[in-house]
Amino acid sequence: MITYIKILIDSPEFLAQLIINGLLVGAIFALIAYGLALIWGVMDIINFAQGEMVIFGGYITYTLFYQFGIHPILTIPIVAVLLFVFGLFIYKTVIYRLLGEKDIFITILATFGLAILMQQLMQAIFGPDVVTANPELGMQFLFDGALIISNIQLVSFIIAVFVAIVLFVVMKYSRLGQTIRATAQNPRAARILGINIDRVYANTFAINAALCGIGGSLVVMIWTIHPFIGLVYTFRSFFIVILAGLGNFMGIIFTGMGISAFENVTGFIIGAEFQAAVIFCLLVIILITRSIRARKKRQYIH
Amino acid sequence: MFKKILSTAITTLVLSGLMISPAAMADTIKLGAAVSLSGKYSTAGNHTKKGYDLGVKYVNSMGGVLVDGKTYNLEIIYYDDESTPARGASLAERLILRDGVSFMLGPYSSGLTKAIAPVTEAHGVPMVEANGASRSLFNQGYRYMFAVLSTSEQYLQEAVNQIAIKAGKPASEITVALAIENDPFSQDIRAGVLDDVNRHGMTVVIDDKLPRDLSDMTSTLVKVKALKPDLLVVSGHSKGAALSVRQMKDLGVSVNMLAMTHCESAKLHDKEKFGNLADYALCAAQWSPSVSSEGTVFGTAGNYSAIFNKEYGYVPPYQAAESTAAVIVMADAITRANSLDKDAVRDTLAATDLSTFYGQIKFSEAGNNIAKPMILRQLIDGKYYVVAPANVAEAELVYPRP
Repeated sequence: MITYIKILIDSPEFLAQLIINGLLVGAIFALIAYGLALIWGVMDIINFAQGEMVIFGGYITYTLFYQFGIHPILTIPIVAVLLFVFGLFIYKTVIYRLLGEKDIFITILATFGLAILMQQLMQAIFGPDVVTANPELGMQFLFDGALIISNIQLVSFIIAVFVAIVLFVVMKYSRLGQTIRATAQNPRAARILGINIDRVYANTFAINAALCGIGGSLVVMIWTIHPFIGLVYTFRSFFIVILAGLGNFMGIIFTGMGISAFENVTGFIIGAEFQAAVIFCLLVIILITRSIRARKKRQYIH
Repeated sequence: MFKKILSTAITTLVLSGLMISPAAMADTIKLGAAVSLSGKYSTAGNHTKKGYDLGVKYVNSMGGVLVDGKTYNLEIIYYDDESTPARGASLAERLILRDGVSFMLGPYSSGLTKAIAPVTEAHGVPMVEANGASRSLFNQGYRYMFAVLSTSEQYLQEAVNQIAIKAGKPASEITVALAIENDPFSQDIRAGVLDDVNRHGMTVVIDDKLPRDLSDMTSTLVKVKALKPDLLVVSGHSKGAALSVRQMKDLGVSVNMLAMTHCESAKLHDKEKFGNLADYALCAAQWSPSVSSEGTVFGTAGNYSAIFNKEYGYVPPYQAAESTAAVIVMADAITRANSLDKDAVRDTLAATDLSTFYGQIKFSEAGNNIAKPMILRQLIDGKYYVVAPANVAEAELVYPRP
């Protein structure tokens, strides 16, 4: 462990490598986490099938790439549209039944069941193999090759940022965004003012699915996927949302990026097996401090 | 009306079944097998089933099994264990108690074998297994379980021996990095590698245990880049193999020797999917169509490969070959026992010393095969070449990895 710390101090290029890598790919996780926060905030539903939707998006990119020869990056809009429709379908079949459900376990059970169903279906359709869609974009060598950044990570970062900006603008200025925000603030008042909140919910869930799909396309281009790896992405997005807080758009983006960089550095220093453990310890500490802070503030709980 | 017809049909079927079955059963020996035909092991499970089927087909076509002057054909009763250990155990129970099989063939994977072995053991049913390599299977004192394959700690030991020969410097200066998944099977591999690393007096500079739900190897690979070990050992099932070669390229990591497991199941040789990312990696394998071993049923390893390819349309992976070998071993043991008694067959199985296309098979007291070495193959341009051990090598190991 000391040796590894010494390496980072002696050769800062490795530290830079770990951090830059983390920041770039962290944007993808931020995107997925934002989707989770959106439906959590608007519909009060925690979606445990989030990761499976990510993997599903990845498989669509993979299939379009190998079966139809479409460049993986060009599949992203297709994946977004397909997942949007898929999101509507899932909303109409499963999610709308969970609206207004007081017992949080019903929601968790239902979406967890959906996750298992999706895992098995993906395995039946795409097979159990580990797949990747390598876009072969090459690399950037910085500082005489001391720092290497693969172009796909750079591109995916740009795409993630672009999607985030579009999302921000849509939420802020478009009619759809306004109705979503109004519904989140007060569904009853929104309904009285003539907003079709059922449609708002459906659209919100579909937007989340599309975000997951885009995330999945980027994931399959950078790493590998298989039908059973979804839970990693569910937990990670869950974690980011808890850490950043609901409705904190910028917070989610920065937490997503920061966590990945932090994770890379801790993994380097104390080994890959404790990487996740450190992150979850951090979560526990933050939750405890938050609850201590909250205790000082008295308020009415409904 | 419909119900009546149905019940008549069922009664007829049952009756005819009762009348035919004694005669039919007299000529067949039923073997039981719970194999993963669905779930996460389904790919390998199907290789296993095909291997068993081909073995049965050829044993039967060569006259079947002769017991007490009477010829029997082999037949396998399959169930799908859905890749779940609990399901495997209950299906083994069902095979033995309901279907009345006296002999079992193993499932796919160490986990499933571990679940089924206590059941076969409790009923005193001999089981020849071909796909459970974990070392922990062979320290339980099982008497009725026999494994034709090499155990997991042997998987990558040969790579350590090879770096000792090839590195061109004293062993004490050789550095080794380990990135091995944190599951019992992979940790067995790690234990074997560590044994040999220590025996040679090499230094382990990285010893990362990869999480089961591995999704990113950046931190481990940057460490490899920083410390430049002579040998990098990666073992994390197919996801570890695929992810490591994919990310090594993106992070600009290169090592002189890269040794891995599960290259075949990750399809690293598939150039359409991985290009040349995995070139010159060393891959552990139980068997290869090019090894120089032969037996009576299929002839040489190459011959078996050709037969399998003709039957199923692809080159047999070692999972299929070892499964076929299990059938051959079982048939051989029943023939030598000259009886269908479970304990008699168990005793002849224990005394097996058989040459097959898969390699020599001879069981230790614990039931694992001690006569067949693991082989190391190097992946070059989508093809695997056996490079170690020396007596079966078909090509010279390319070192350092270009």
